[in-house]
Amino acid sequence: METRQQRKAAAHGAGPNTPGSPASLLAGTDRETLLNYYYQMVLIRYFEEKAGEMYTRARIGGYCHLNLGEEATVVGFCAGLEPDDYVYTNYREHGYAICRGISPAVVMAELFGKKTGCSLGRGGSMHLFDIKRRFMGGYGIVGGQLPLAVGAAFALAYRGAREIVACQMGDGTTNGGPFHESLNLAKLYRLPVVFLIVNNQYGMGTRVDQGSAVPDLYRKACAYDMRSERVDGTDVLAVLEAVRTAARIAREEREPSLIEAVSYRFRGHSVVDPDRYRPEDEVRRWRERDPIVLYATRLKEAGLMDEATRQELETRAQQEVEEAVRFAEESELPSVEELYDFVYAGEGGR
Amino acid sequence: MAEITYRQALHDTLREELLRDENVFLIGEEIGRFEGSYKITAGLLQEFGPKRVVDTPICENGFVGLAIGAAMLGLRPIVEIMTINFIALAMDEIVNHAAKIYYMFGGQCPVPLVIRTPGGGGQQLSATHSQNLEVWFAHVPGLKVVAPSTPADARGLLRTAVRDDNPVLFLENLALYNTRGEVPDGDYTIPFGKARVMKEGHDLTIISYSRMAVVALDVARRLEQERQLSVEVVDVRSLRPLDHETIVNSVKKTNRAIIFEEDWRSYGVGAELAATLQEEAFDYLDAPIQRVAGAEVPLPYSKPLEQAALPSARQLVEAVDRLAIRKRRVVYA
Repeated sequence: METRQQRKAAAHGAGPNTPGSPASLLAGTDRETLLNYYYQMVLIRYFEEKAGEMYTRARIGGYCHLNLGEEATVVGFCAGLEPDDYVYTNYREHGYAICRGISPAVVMAELFGKKTGCSLGRGGSMHLFDIKRRFMGGYGIVGGQLPLAVGAAFALAYRGAREIVACQMGDGTTNGGPFHESLNLAKLYRLPVVFLIVNNQYGMGTRVDQGSAVPDLYRKACAYDMRSERVDGTDVLAVLEAVRTAARIAREEREPSLIEAVSYRFRGHSVVDPDRYRPEDEVRRWRERDPIVLYATRLKEAGLMDEATRQELETRAQQEVEEAVRFAEESELPSVEELYDFVYAGEGGR
Repeated sequence: MAEITYRQALHDTLREELLRDENVFLIGEEIGRFEGSYKITAGLLQEFGPKRVVDTPICENGFVGLAIGAAMLGLRPIVEIMTINFIALAMDEIVNHAAKIYYMFGGQCPVPLVIRTPGGGGQQLSATHSQNLEVWFAHVPGLKVVAPSTPADARGLLRTAVRDDNPVLFLENLALYNTRGEVPDGDYTIPFGKARVMKEGHDLTIISYSRMAVVALDVARRLEQERQLSVEVVDVRSLRPLDHETIVNSVKKTNRAIIFEEDWRSYGVGAELAATLQEEAFDYLDAPIQRVAGAEVPLPYSKPLEQAALPSARQLVEAVDRLAIRKRRVVYA
């Protein structure tokens, strides 16, 4: 049995494992899984670039917030959970939905407002949902999903279930009341929930230190005596390890945790944001820490991914995104006859 | 049949629903050890334990959101908001989440939730503790709003609310808690969207809800004795869904309507009722619909000011007089 320190050391290539083996990246993880993380990151990258393109071509309406630059955080977060765990997110959630098993085609169809979308065209980009995959929603109101996630964890604890809830949020969320109320309740009732702050360093145009008196966001958990840590959000395996540990503690010890994953948004707040508030050299510096490039390099250095494999994975991801667009294009729009469906449950929907 | 108080009816129903369904739990501020600000939940923590009767910190948005999340996973929370005034702090979770989740996610996840809360003024609790904010919720598709005026309705509507798969705002009233009334035995429920004719009559209709319905009934009985006026009183009971049929049929019979409400007049419940009547019973109206509502001020503390701001029996009688004059004009013209 390895200690956590050993695993960490191994993850940084300094452990007792032979270089060139999967264990040199993350103990207990095989090559196929490690390559699948790469595939998912690339899939999100292509999906989001395509979503941006489709937005500018007016196939997608409303707001559209992309996960570009956050791929390592998204994939690490989802991979650290078990398939039957529950996930709540904010409105920047396309990648999370895909990583939790909703097909990119169904997500793209939702963005297109089609009836084949995962919310039947009722929700759009900010409100993806799939009850079967326990993807409990993207939420458009900052902080709105936190009390809900705490409530889902309450229900699990109420039933003595072994699943947990994972709740993602942005950095700006930590300045609002719902964040503090939710952390307090989660700790007070000892609920199985993992909070993840995706610190991409800007809440719309407001830099973290311009909005938060405590810019080390993970430290805010100490007000609730909750365990917390900060991880490199451009490092998929670091995020995965932190989430996996927090999930285990939530599952086994009924202790909530807060994780802050620091990364950088590659584009504006939403597709329409011209992004004029961030210094150019800052953007350039962070672009050089592209999480996909960083992970590709590590896989290559560990001898787990050669150029041909990388090409093949990227081509496959591109094809899956093209197929998603085709599916969305070809799907039907909802009928206006169905306008009043789902206002109320259990009354023919109306 | 037994005669009990409105408070007792609520208490007994909560207890029965806790016994009936393991998924039902109560949550709110001071409902357990303190036994509730208005003692509706007295003794329930002792009987059911802290798993089923959950005391919360003072964080309305947090614990209402928690209840919504728990409902998403199939529990059936009954939330107590100490008074409706504090619900403003939970508006985001109620309006942007509870009311939207079923629709916005394509019917995948119902939210079976009850929020019980008392409203109303008259206790010298002044501006921030005396409001009638139910219309905020009645405005929102996806929510249901009911407002019983009697112990029997409190019981039947609360049972229905707990068993409904949608978020329900269950409006109580501070001044009704000690009122008494006959309550039928057995596991009876009252469907939402059904108004109740409290008293039949043929000269005019008073439409009301919650505490004002009780005042209206009293006034109607007095007018019958003192002036031989035959006044019909309709308690809508359910603000959303609203029973158009009963109020429209009543006005078709009496041709005159007064709406008697404790909330503010502008954009209030009466505005919706009056609009409904002119849309669906225009040709039957012999006089303009009268609205008797709360004065448009933050409710003041001082007793004479408070009483002047609340709608009263006297104002209701004045409205009846205004309609009666018109009636004579029509008859003797």
